Amino acid sequence: MSRFLEATLALSLVATPAAADRLGLGRPALTEEIAAWDIDVRPDGQGLPEGRGDVMTGEGLYIDNCAVCHGDFGEAVGRWPVLAGGQGTLNHEDPNKTIGSYWPYLSTVYDYVHRAMPFGNAQSLSDDDVYAITAYLLYLNDLVEDDFELSRENFAEVRLPNEENFFMDDRDEVELPAFTREPCMENCKETVEITARAAVIDVTPEDTAARERRAAAPTAEPAAEVAAATPEPAVPAVSPEQVAAGEKAFRACQACHKVGEGAKNGTGPALNGVVGHAAGKAEGFKYSKAMAEKVETGLVWTPEALDAFLADPRGFMKGTRMAYGGMKDADQRAAVIAYLSTFAED
Amino acid sequence: MTDRSGASRRDFLRAGLAGSAAALASGTLARAAGPDPAITELQPWMTELGEGVDARPYGKPSQFEAHVVRRNVAWLTADPISSVNFTPLHELDGILTPNGLCFERHHAGIAEIDPAKHRLMINGLVDTPLVFTMADLMRFPRENRVYFLECAANSGMEWRGAQLNGCQYTHGMIHNVMYTGVRLKHLLDEAGVRTNGKWILPEGGDASGMTRSIPIEKAMDDCLVAFKMNGEALRPEQGYPLRLVVPGWEGNMWVKWLRRIEVGDEPWHHREETSKYTDLLEGGKARRFTWVMDAKSVITNPSPQAPITHGRGRTVLTGVAWSGRGTIPRVDVTIDGGKNWYQARMDGPSLDKSMHRFYFEFDWDGSPLLLQSRAHDSTGYVQPTKDELRAFRGVESIYHNNGIQTWYVNEKGEAENVEIS
Repeated sequence: MSRFLEATLALSLVATPAAADRLGLGRPALTEEIAAWDIDVRPDGQGLPEGRGDVMTGEGLYIDNCAVCHGDFGEAVGRWPVLAGGQGTLNHEDPNKTIGSYWPYLSTVYDYVHRAMPFGNAQSLSDDDVYAITAYLLYLNDLVEDDFELSRENFAEVRLPNEENFFMDDRDEVELPAFTREPCMENCKETVEITARAAVIDVTPEDTAARERRAAAPTAEPAAEVAAATPEPAVPAVSPEQVAAGEKAFRACQACHKVGEGAKNGTGPALNGVVGHAAGKAEGFKYSKAMAEKVETGLVWTPEALDAFLADPRGFMKGTRMAYGGMKDADQRAAVIAYLSTFAED
Repeated sequence: MTDRSGASRRDFLRAGLAGSAAALASGTLARAAGPDPAITELQPWMTELGEGVDARPYGKPSQFEAHVVRRNVAWLTADPISSVNFTPLHELDGILTPNGLCFERHHAGIAEIDPAKHRLMINGLVDTPLVFTMADLMRFPRENRVYFLECAANSGMEWRGAQLNGCQYTHGMIHNVMYTGVRLKHLLDEAGVRTNGKWILPEGGDASGMTRSIPIEKAMDDCLVAFKMNGEALRPEQGYPLRLVVPGWEGNMWVKWLRRIEVGDEPWHHREETSKYTDLLEGGKARRFTWVMDAKSVITNPSPQAPITHGRGRTVLTGVAWSGRGTIPRVDVTIDGGKNWYQARMDGPSLDKSMHRFYFEFDWDGSPLLLQSRAHDSTGYVQPTKDELRAFRGVESIYHNNGIQTWYVNEKGEAENVEIS
């Protein structure tokens, strides 16, 4: 018994070491391992790799890799982040918070593009590519001329205009004294008026049951724009209008997919001769394991199959490398498929 | 809400625990029109055999609870990969959030990580940069702590006025679970933080490589590196196999899929602490490093998604409250838009930086109600009104909206998100 107690005591001493004591767990990280993961960059330039890139190079890279979401001029598509413009709007209603108008440090741009962009193909850009894209983003924000080259050497010299307008959280000093109080409990006010109502704005998503109840009600009003569009069956006939609409909608795909004469594989496979043909035929393209498995089962890209894939890529093909959330609008999908059907095999 | 009802509430308070007597006095019990078939008819489950023990090796909620799910607000974000959904607070009770209902916020989708291939690296200003496997981490002393995690943008859509109809959408970017993990301090001590190590940079292993700067004092105080939630492995959408726990501080800092912690002498000013998660104030200046979540509460029932369906009479009002600065010893409730307030009944564990549950039982007279709750935290901070917050911050700061929420309940018991004078 006493030996057991002694053993327990010894164990507990080991289990609660003094600060300086170490448990001897883990192993030293190797230099190559740290280099592989430690890519973070600070405002003082710490962490920047060797390299350089100019505005003109950046423009090409930006159009290929970024414009699909952020727009040709950093104005953004849909609700993707706006990257340029907005100077002088921070004290207005609807401030436009961009790299030029809001971000305090350029190092944030380099770090973020380097670690997380392009969306769905992170860390695919070379160090020089990231310098060039960062230079182009400065140009889009009117902060440098078109002959500017950004490098590790001149990086820290570039200051963003809004740096001085950030300050450390001061809620403890400014707000806490006002909000630390014994509040009124009885007869606190004479009258109460409703001043704003969410029902008037009507942007709340509804669950299906609620939507059906509303649709069934005789006085049902049309749901607001947030309600999902009723999917309509894709029309198999291809009209010129539809092809034109498809060409426009295909912009969402262009960053990764090329189509037409001489189209080559990019981030995604070239798409000539896809509609109505067996899947996985783009020569020289390395498909995901998920796609290879579908090919083995004899997947044919019928308009129906393409429609299902485009509506929900990951739902249709779990494990696909296509970094695209899906095209929600059935008409748009039909148009894209119609557009693609006009490109025969090379 | 009328004075009449306020008076009846005060009478009730005076009557103390005579709740059932009050209910009886307020009217006679409804009589059944005839025998209830739920009683008089044999139901299938009364005669037929159910599924055996192997049918559900990992149990799921009843089919009748299928509506209790996280929901997304599609127009908020560009696509569902870098997006957020919301915890159905109005369907929950107690203080713990079931793992499958904890709201999700991803910046590059859910990383599906093989734990055998997961590593945690500690580098930077340390004596010995280290690499840990999951098995290594299991050999440190473990702790169990219940903490709320609230996204800094919770209620962010409400700055300009009442917008979304339902506490799931207005307040659902929060969950509260019990974490099992090891103190970050133990891991940092193992590597040996140098005297000039003043900040850490946790980094996620997903395709967004999430990073945030955290001061070393917080890292050494109560941060955990967690691998379990509510007793089981973290869910993939909550950072499996490893996440950082930063008690009381904004959810974005609780880096999921945690793969690396760098120690440095200055903050990194990365994207999520400059472009995002900074609070733009009126006039164009912006607060940075607004880490602490201020005290906040919301009534979950009744609320727009959970109307009163039983008509007048005995009603249970309930809700949740939390503070990044401590516990919630008290919540006040009003049913007349703030003319008169009553202390709600707190129930369940009161834990530091955890969600708290409150109840307020009353007899509803069928007249319209304006419901609000007001949290008091253990530091004496009292949850402000939305207008009080706007006086300090304007309406463009997106984050840290902890203002008092109002639900208008009409005669039919339907509730709506409103603001009042």
